[in-house]
Amino acid sequence: MSFSVAVRHRFPAMQMDIAFDVHSPGVTVLFGPSGSGKSTIVNAAAGLLRPDACRIEIDGKLLADTRAGVWVPPEQRRCGLVFQDSRLFPHMSVATNLRFGMRRVAPGAIHFDDIVDLLGIGALLDRRPHTLSGGERQRVAIGRALLAQPHLLLMDEPLANLDDGRKAEILPYLTRLKTALKLPILYVTHALDEAAQLADSLVLLDAGQVVAFGSVSDLAARADLPLARRDDAGALLICRVRENDAGRTLTRLQGGGATFWVPLLDLPVGAECRIRVPAREVILASRPPDAISLHNIVPGTVRRITDDTVRRSVVVEIGLPEGGLLSRVTPDAVVRLGLSPGSPVLALIKSTSIEVLGG
Amino acid sequence: MLSPEEWEAVWLTLAVAARAVGFGLPLAVLMAWVLTRCRFPGRSVLNALVHLPMVLPPVVTGWLLLIVFGVRGPAGALLYDWFGIRLVFTTAGASLACAVMVFPIMVRSVRLSLDAVDGGLEQAARTLGAGWFDRLINITLPLASPGILVGAIVAYATCLGEFGAVITFAASIPGQTQTLPLAIYAALQVPGGEAKAAQLSMVSLTLALLGLLLSEWFGKRLNTMLGR
Repeated sequence: MSFSVAVRHRFPAMQMDIAFDVHSPGVTVLFGPSGSGKSTIVNAAAGLLRPDACRIEIDGKLLADTRAGVWVPPEQRRCGLVFQDSRLFPHMSVATNLRFGMRRVAPGAIHFDDIVDLLGIGALLDRRPHTLSGGERQRVAIGRALLAQPHLLLMDEPLANLDDGRKAEILPYLTRLKTALKLPILYVTHALDEAAQLADSLVLLDAGQVVAFGSVSDLAARADLPLARRDDAGALLICRVRENDAGRTLTRLQGGGATFWVPLLDLPVGAECRIRVPAREVILASRPPDAISLHNIVPGTVRRITDDTVRRSVVVEIGLPEGGLLSRVTPDAVVRLGLSPGSPVLALIKSTSIEVLGG
Repeated sequence: MLSPEEWEAVWLTLAVAARAVGFGLPLAVLMAWVLTRCRFPGRSVLNALVHLPMVLPPVVTGWLLLIVFGVRGPAGALLYDWFGIRLVFTTAGASLACAVMVFPIMVRSVRLSLDAVDGGLEQAARTLGAGWFDRLINITLPLASPGILVGAIVAYATCLGEFGAVITFAASIPGQTQTLPLAIYAALQVPGGEAKAAQLSMVSLTLALLGLLLSEWFGKRLNTMLGR
């Protein structure tokens, strides 16, 4: 399962030139501010927009290649597309909407009943789209796209029109979907929480160019990317539950080659989860403090220190055996501790500031 | 209340209008689709031709029809030689004259509703594997149906009152081409025919009113069904 996308297009205000290859199933998040070219990529992949030059290939099947003169029309591409505004057909029931794409392809690995279960839309089947809530509508739209048996699922800011409550309602479904289906997903968003929760790999875009491309935990732990200069910057680590200590109401997680204690989770030992460690919650020390409430004292090495002049602070990138952490501190703290790339350092993290994002 | 001949005129009018709309509507839908969705040279000329009957004096339209569809006209001769169909001075001819007159009304109404169909839904259908004809039948036309139906009803009501083109092309033959407005005119030409003309006018008025109310009601119903 792989896909590769290369798009070049001249807009009045910018020149877009983006290329990346993905070689695994899972979610690739296109992340960047509005106007960075995210939606153009998705529409070009679906065939709804014809860029000046492009080459799009899914599983070895060439869908578009300007140089070779190949352009498969959208209706033959088998790219499912979930739009921001769901676009359910108003004159059809939910069930008919779901079956629209399904009826037009040969039966595949994705079955109606499974999708209805997975998305929890069994009770909605006889309803009309205009009677659904925004979150329900988006779940139906996702189901409709999946039942067309796509080779690649494109999602264009599917949660952008929903308030935080609705978003929180759908995100778990998306996480389930991701693990249940062996399908590559290209997911466009400008919301960090969605990217943190769903992304396996991340394509950072800005002004029509790829800023960085890599696994989400690698990119989130780099101090030199625009991500690190956000107020809500933080490292992301894929962890496994090692121990649930009910007596102390703590769970021990292992990830990035380090150990983290967090308040007791409802996950079984061995389960995978992701944690986000906000940079502004990470304190640095050169000696272990004693008599402190803190559970997590993580040893690491300073990899990089970057200035954030806007916030009068610096971002320190701390290397762990298999990953990294970010810490936002004042320039003064760096001088006092005598930190420079290569120096050993201790990252102090309150167990309650670690955000556990689920599977 | 009405004499058998008067009833005949009423029924004839309804039948002529039904045929005019029945044959004209599919063509109008096709024409509207071509005019909204296709870009080709001569599009504006075609658009002008379609709308011509709206601005031409109806007598001129009728006369042009005579020239084209008369037994010796280019189209009329073909129809007569190949199929033995004669349109001039027949009920079918009256329907043709009506259809041509209300064609622009139908095209306009269908165009407006086609324009109002959300292009995003057609795109969505495309990514789900629907080709152009599939999209037209399953997405575009159902979503445009309120406008199409309302256009058809208004066109039908307009047909009931068509005068100039019908009398020029099909003449005023009682029982064959003498529709309500033609019968009213004929009654007014006869001394003492005012009472008959008044009766027929009342019928005409009722039918027109009914048509307008129906179109309103149907438009609302269909829009609710579509969730608007």
